Amino acid sequence: MPGLTDWLKERFPSDVLETHAAHGDETAVVTRASLPVIAAHVKQDPAFDMNVLVDITAVDGLTMKWNPRFEAVYHFLSTAQLHRLRLKVRVEEKDAVMPTLTGLWPIANWFEREVWDMFGIRFEGHPDLRRILMYEEFQGHPLRKDYPYNKRQPLIGPRN
Amino acid sequence: MEMKTDSSQASQGGYLTSRLDEMIGWARKYSIFQYPFVTACCGMEYMSTACSHYDVDRFGAGLPRFSPRQSDVLFVVGTISHKMAPVLKMIYDQMADPKWVVAFGVCTCTGGFYDNYATVQGIDTLIPVDVYIPGCPPRPENVLDGLIKLQEKIQRQKQEV
Repeated sequence: MPGLTDWLKERFPSDVLETHAAHGDETAVVTRASLPVIAAHVKQDPAFDMNVLVDITAVDGLTMKWNPRFEAVYHFLSTAQLHRLRLKVRVEEKDAVMPTLTGLWPIANWFEREVWDMFGIRFEGHPDLRRILMYEEFQGHPLRKDYPYNKRQPLIGPRN
Repeated sequence: MEMKTDSSQASQGGYLTSRLDEMIGWARKYSIFQYPFVTACCGMEYMSTACSHYDVDRFGAGLPRFSPRQSDVLFVVGTISHKMAPVLKMIYDQMADPKWVVAFGVCTCTGGFYDNYATVQGIDTLIPVDVYIPGCPPRPENVLDGLIKLQEKIQRQKQEV
């Protein structure tokens, strides 16, 4: 039986860069420009039927010397078909911008704010791209590997 | 507390003042109204201490108030992040004197193992602390021990009226 990623490769041959599967979970690395189209497809096509966007996150490959440095990761779930799909998009440090998925899944609003807050990847077309976990005055993006783990940016104090 | 009825001693001013101090201290240490500032898992241990098995009411501290205006002791129970720090400071400032602060658990004492971008490294960087209760989380016996130490401190100190 062909997997989800095989169907994706069939329908988007030039946009799916690579695929792999582990323990029944399938992953496809796709190009940035094709993400909105592929995401809309996996949501609307009955074969995929991905009604839930489970999470958006990112990976900083600085210490692993990745080029491009970042990878944005999207997790999808179909509650009717009970299958999952992971899409990854490689993101350059110099051009850390992704297309937004807020029009397809409203929950993407908060996930994308989190990725912006923690990794500094911007989302073009996002209606309200503010920090979500850290406070407004915070400088930098704490989950980037070059953010010093013991750097403090207190709002008030410490006095001693 | 020793109650003296000898009126000749009571008429000496200095002696009377120290007795008043002692009596107010005794009254205050057995009527601790706490404000539980619960942010994390230590809260479960706090609840366990407050409920009937360990029964914090035996020490006169059985009536938590959820308004800082009505409370005497600020129990900071759980990790304080930099984002939460101004809120904690505001709660402390809203409490009326006399007031005391208990740091409950290692996160409030030192930041615990959260040595990272988000966590305050000990609430004594923000507000003065009277009693530190270490543990991750502290057992109820440990909490009661800290409470008794706070009572001793309240009894000993100069009572501002």
